[in-house]
Amino acid sequence: MDVAGLPLRRIGLRIAEGIDQTLLVLVLALSMLGLAALFSASYENPSRVLGQLANLGLALAAMWLVAQISPQTLMRFAVPAYLAGLVLLVAVALFGDVVNGARRWLHVGVTRFQPSEVMKLALPMLLAWYFHKHEASLRLRDFAVAAVLLVIPVAFILRQPDLGTAALVGAVGFIAIFFAGISWRVLGVLGGLGLAVLPLAWGMLRDYQRQRILMLLDPTQDPLGAGYHIIQSTIAVGSGGPWGKGWLNGTQAHLEFIPERHTDFIFAVYSEEFGLLGNLVLLVLYSLLIARGLVIAANAATVFARILAVSIALMTFIYAFVNMGMVSGILPVVGVPLPFLSYGGTALLTLFIGTGILMSVQKHRTLVQT
Amino acid sequence: MQITEIRDSGAELRQFQLRIGIAGFAVLAAFALLTLRFFYLQVVQHEAYRAKAEENRISIVPVSPYRGLILDRNAVVIARNYSGYTLEIFPRRVKDLSGTIDRLSELVDIQPRDRFRFRKLLQETRNAESLPIRNRLSDEEAARFAVRRYQFEGVELKARLFRQYPFGDVGSHVLGYMGRVDQADLARLESEGVFANYRGTEYIGKAGIEASYQHELHGTTGFEQVEIDAAGRGIRSLSRQASQPGNNIMLTLDMRLQQVAEAAFGERRGALVALDPSTGGVLALVSKPGFDPNLFVDGIDPQYWSELNANIDKPLNNRAISGVYPPGSTFKPFMAMAALESGKRKFSSTIHDPGYFDFGGRRFRDSKVGGHGTVDLMKSIVVSSDTYYYQLANDMGIDAIAAFMRQLGLGARTGIDLQNEAAGVLPSQEWKMKRFRQPEQQKWYPGETISIGIGQGYNAYTPIQLAQAMATVASGGTAYRPHLVAHIDNTRSGERRSVDTELLHRVPLRRENVEFVKQAMAGVIKEGTGRWAFAGASYSVGGKTGTAQVIATKQNEKYDEKKVDERLRDHSLFVAFAPLDSPRIAVAVVVENGGFGARAAAPITRTVLDYFMLGKVPPGLARGTPEDEGAEARGSD
Repeated sequence: MDVAGLPLRRIGLRIAEGIDQTLLVLVLALSMLGLAALFSASYENPSRVLGQLANLGLALAAMWLVAQISPQTLMRFAVPAYLAGLVLLVAVALFGDVVNGARRWLHVGVTRFQPSEVMKLALPMLLAWYFHKHEASLRLRDFAVAAVLLVIPVAFILRQPDLGTAALVGAVGFIAIFFAGISWRVLGVLGGLGLAVLPLAWGMLRDYQRQRILMLLDPTQDPLGAGYHIIQSTIAVGSGGPWGKGWLNGTQAHLEFIPERHTDFIFAVYSEEFGLLGNLVLLVLYSLLIARGLVIAANAATVFARILAVSIALMTFIYAFVNMGMVSGILPVVGVPLPFLSYGGTALLTLFIGTGILMSVQKHRTLVQT
Repeated sequence: MQITEIRDSGAELRQFQLRIGIAGFAVLAAFALLTLRFFYLQVVQHEAYRAKAEENRISIVPVSPYRGLILDRNAVVIARNYSGYTLEIFPRRVKDLSGTIDRLSELVDIQPRDRFRFRKLLQETRNAESLPIRNRLSDEEAARFAVRRYQFEGVELKARLFRQYPFGDVGSHVLGYMGRVDQADLARLESEGVFANYRGTEYIGKAGIEASYQHELHGTTGFEQVEIDAAGRGIRSLSRQASQPGNNIMLTLDMRLQQVAEAAFGERRGALVALDPSTGGVLALVSKPGFDPNLFVDGIDPQYWSELNANIDKPLNNRAISGVYPPGSTFKPFMAMAALESGKRKFSSTIHDPGYFDFGGRRFRDSKVGGHGTVDLMKSIVVSSDTYYYQLANDMGIDAIAAFMRQLGLGARTGIDLQNEAAGVLPSQEWKMKRFRQPEQQKWYPGETISIGIGQGYNAYTPIQLAQAMATVASGGTAYRPHLVAHIDNTRSGERRSVDTELLHRVPLRRENVEFVKQAMAGVIKEGTGRWAFAGASYSVGGKTGTAQVIATKQNEKYDEKKVDERLRDHSLFVAFAPLDSPRIAVAVVVENGGFGARAAAPITRTVLDYFMLGKVPPGLARGTPEDEGAEARGSD
């Protein structure tokens, strides 16, 4: 028995090497909740759940693979990944598929994906790499260069148009710059300037984007048009009550009142069926996940590793917060998936690769201690 | 190197960790905000939202428009709607389908074929909201179900409009039929960009006018906001954007004439097309056998459908526009026209007809043994001399014949406003080159031209092309596009759109030549092959008989009708126009396997012309329209 058991154990140990158990348990727990909500949102039709399960398997494999790569090696991918991301964004602008009036999807062989998704990791990687390089002598000019590197992909995504992703990629880039150590004074000046520029930005938004923001203030004004999403999802959340209606018993979702209930609005389905209790469980899981990410960042060995880790941890936070805020009616409706819960292969892959990076950073933190 | 960096940036690291702390605080604050929001929605406001979820559900339901009527030229309604009850099942809301249907069958009559159709629909249309299990419920059945509807979750009684054709199978190929919207229809509607307007539309025109004017007849779908209860049942209507009825379509067709023509065919197979030579309007368009479009209305009974498809008489096939036949001797007036126009023949030139024509070692026989003696052009039509036209075809050559016939519209789709029109075959050197693959087959042999002259050989035209050619000659050379629709009426605005008579082209025919051919065709009626069928006709008329071979007889064998199987007998054809001066009608008739042209097709033409010219209704055909008193009053003229 031992003869057979030994190599198996060794293989098991090898596989477990570099995998942060806390992170793994948290992301798996979140993914399971997602599958449960998805099953309900699909009218108990298992084919979509199986599809997501396949996505999950692929994402786990990718996470494992990335976790094996040291941050130093990862750093070499920063520039190529960013450039590849830019090329894909140009490609999607030229040849992309139009879905719901926005050109976001690119066909690759049998499948298609959103190139903007690549930028969610590629941009913080590039910025982390850039700050790592110029660490010894960071000046205001370096932050200006970083800002340009940030604005280019964001502008492309904004043009698709995908306001939600553009804002999120921009926010992640800003987090990288913030944690690179930009001074509060500069931030204050920029913040003031930003407020001044706001009216201009308003002019650049598409009509439907403006409408979405306006509708946030009073969604009841257009209950069958722009406000419909918010009203219906708010009813779903509110009717869930403290304990929820129970799994598969959500009527809002099952009577098709929840639009995009598999993807961006899956939280409405979850919240209706699992209630306040379920929401708190979800918030605790996210908090733990983010906290773990922040701790890993705080202990990271290099500037590259720490900036990348903090960007990834806070990206998960922003996604979760914006999505739940949107579904519960306190934030505008922007197309943002709920991390680990929403249906969709590309987003899941990004999140798990991000988790893999966190694991890699955690594993290689020992440099500090020696 | 790493270590140096870390040491140098000790302060920076502390600053980084401070910022991490700030971020952590921000995360907690944000999540606390969400928790407050959730608490507000799910605890404080829970009752209000629960009530909203339970009671205040709004569903947007499409309201199907009223389909436009189809009327004949005298405003007789030939396709209309009536409302009836259907029993519909929402498959997603029913747990035990067959059990539910069993229980339903205790209240309403549900036949095995209803179940069969329901299962078939269920397989074919995956995403349908609801599917009918029974159509056209009686009032008693509807009432019986209505009082017990609470026992049937996911079953609803709906009032729907059904299409109805009061004339039954008369004019079936003109009207076409309706059928459920299928995947192919959906794809087409989507590509045409009208998909949104078809939300809620379950039936769509599949053939005939119902198909070719589908979008005109359909109307604009309206929408209703309905409050629905937890089970998805409508409680009350909140707001409503009314649907707009489809346009009425008025045909050029005379339904009475159509009835007379179809009755004249009896049980025989064939086709008839009657055109107005001065507009191209179709006065009658018959294809026999037909079918009863009423049986298609609520999803055709699968048994009747397979019967129609398996029937060797192909009742669904519109012979008038998609059946192709050799024209036989009805081709001769057009050949005579071609001879005169090209100068190959003069009025006076004669030939000797010994009863055959020898060419290239082959003997082409005349249908009359011994021949017609000395034959001039006039006589060649009146007595239908084959020998004359063998020679003429040989003298003209195939390409000159093809060039002239093309002007009359033969061998090309006429462009009538019906689907699936066939092009037929106008033989020429070019056609043969394209038609065949092998080089030896691609060559045109002069011997092949000979039988073209009497309307045999490769010649193959649709009845509507023959009628069109007849109309073109009768009108002195003006060719109009044949069309069935006279105008389209918007019932809301009262606006009337006329379908303009479309002049296709003017064939430059010389007046004296046209007069000559018309006189020759009048001779056919008075003293030629049509004299028996038209004995005693009190109006002026020109015509020509035709007999088209279905099987080729050997050179020295005489065709003997009695020896040949019924389906291999010759087709009987007739073309005619009336009156001689400024003709008002041009007709082409084909009776499949009817034998000699004068025997089957000519008497049908006589009956049709008698009604058209004199209003004479043949005995045995009741006046008025079946099943429709209102229409009768307007229809009897």
